[in-house]
Amino acid sequence: MAEGSILDFCNVSLRYEDVWALKDVCLTLNPGETRVIFGAAGSGKTTLLKAVIGLVPVDAGQVKLFGEDITAMKETQLFGLRSRAGMVFQEGGLFDSLSVGENVEYPLFNRQTAAQGNGAQSEESAEGRVRNALRFVELEHTYDKFPSQISGGMRRRVGIARAIVTEPPLVLYDSPTAGLDPITANTIMALIAKERDVRNSASLIVTNRYQDGELMAGFRYDSEHEALAPVTEEGDPRGNRTKFIVMKEGSIVFFGTRQQMEASDDAYVRRFKHEE
Amino acid sequence: MLRLLNAWIGPFQEFLFLAGRAFKNIVRSPHYYDDVFIQMDVIGVGSLVIVVLTGFFSGAIIALQMARALNTYGASSQVGTIVSLTLVRELGPVLTALLVAGRNASGIASELGSMKVTEQIDAMRALGTDPVQKLVTPRLTATAIMLPALTVIADAVGSVGAYLVSVPLLHIIASSQYWSSFWRALVLNDLAQGLIKPLIFGMIISLIGCFYGLQTTGGTQGVGRATTQAVVSASIWIFVVTFLIDKIFVNL
Repeated sequence: MAEGSILDFCNVSLRYEDVWALKDVCLTLNPGETRVIFGAAGSGKTTLLKAVIGLVPVDAGQVKLFGEDITAMKETQLFGLRSRAGMVFQEGGLFDSLSVGENVEYPLFNRQTAAQGNGAQSEESAEGRVRNALRFVELEHTYDKFPSQISGGMRRRVGIARAIVTEPPLVLYDSPTAGLDPITANTIMALIAKERDVRNSASLIVTNRYQDGELMAGFRYDSEHEALAPVTEEGDPRGNRTKFIVMKEGSIVFFGTRQQMEASDDAYVRRFKHEE
Repeated sequence: MLRLLNAWIGPFQEFLFLAGRAFKNIVRSPHYYDDVFIQMDVIGVGSLVIVVLTGFFSGAIIALQMARALNTYGASSQVGTIVSLTLVRELGPVLTALLVAGRNASGIASELGSMKVTEQIDAMRALGTDPVQKLVTPRLTATAIMLPALTVIADAVGSVGAYLVSVPLLHIIASSQYWSSFWRALVLNDLAQGLIKPLIFGMIISLIGCFYGLQTTGGTQGVGRATTQAVVSASIWIFVVTFLIDKIFVNL
């Protein structure tokens, strides 16, 4: 296992009744790195994300998150570690009884409640951070609205704001662009790339859109011009931070760069590339 | 047979595990007091109107039926005693619990079930919050506090309902005689039964609602199924537990 890595999966296996959801999965993630995960429905992509923060217990192998072995940890021991990672759910996973502002504020006050006032931040500074996070996803104007009053794409963006408001070193994205129109999907992927490059956070992205992987591998956020710029130089280390993973029946059947994936002859791997 | 037994024991074991965690969280930090007060408002104040109406008419109906039956034996003066014992020992706690089960076990199961199928429970866990601490314990505490209070209100309103039927409507007993026989009939054992039952029913209703809500799978259809199961199970357990408590108190 790599030193200083954020996440280490070592021969992880997990099964639901008689079906293997994960089979001997090995994976390492360092700060600033991105893994884009492709796979058919039921191939174990979402289970992999959930296993990262212990939402589903693994049957075999070892999962190390932020250097700590979470494999045998109890649910109550995991809460502290989980609050250091951000997760964006497929449908946003927003609490529909809370306003957008309260949803984004939730992780901040959750930490405060857990700390029982030790070093807790003031409401003013929390609101400032919430507004910053919402500004980051260009949704500050929805602060007082409820999730039911905004569109599906907006809900995903609020989900991203909620995941990053505590500035976690690891963000997990479960199909952030599924079911969205191409323009909204590109907006969301641009935000994810921006989040990665502005704060050097590690990202695990589950998606079925090859363009999402292309964008993460081929673009970087140019803070000077406040826009995405292509990674043009050959051998630019920023281009190599993104690796592609293809999963099949719980196993990783491909791991490599975008170029390696595009050169792959495997019929299953080719299914997830652009229609040619 | 073994599979059938397993299908029943497995969920019961999980229910006990959930109940254990919920009770343990009452004394464990963090405490979500705001959620407790919100639930007390939803469960207690929200159920007040139906509890008052049901309590009133239960008392009135008992008085009507008993007046006729007691008149046969020339014992109409005992109506206050009969109403008092029936309401405080049994009908008050059981009817109130059944109403609250119908209204709140279903409400809790559907709310938590919807949260489960829309990944809000997973999101809560992912954000580092214990859903049992945040969702189950406040509902358990709120229902355990509010159901005895609602039962006392139902008993009080029921006694007024019976009074109105017995005294101004049927003129079978004098006002002072009704109230004195009503109070004299009650002993500590009856009051203890009348308060211990709703306390336990409150715990059962909230825990069953939460359990079925958190077990929900299969989208909106699953939410409907969880809601029905919660109301049916809570109602059955109310009768089973009232029988067990009666058995204990009768032997005292």
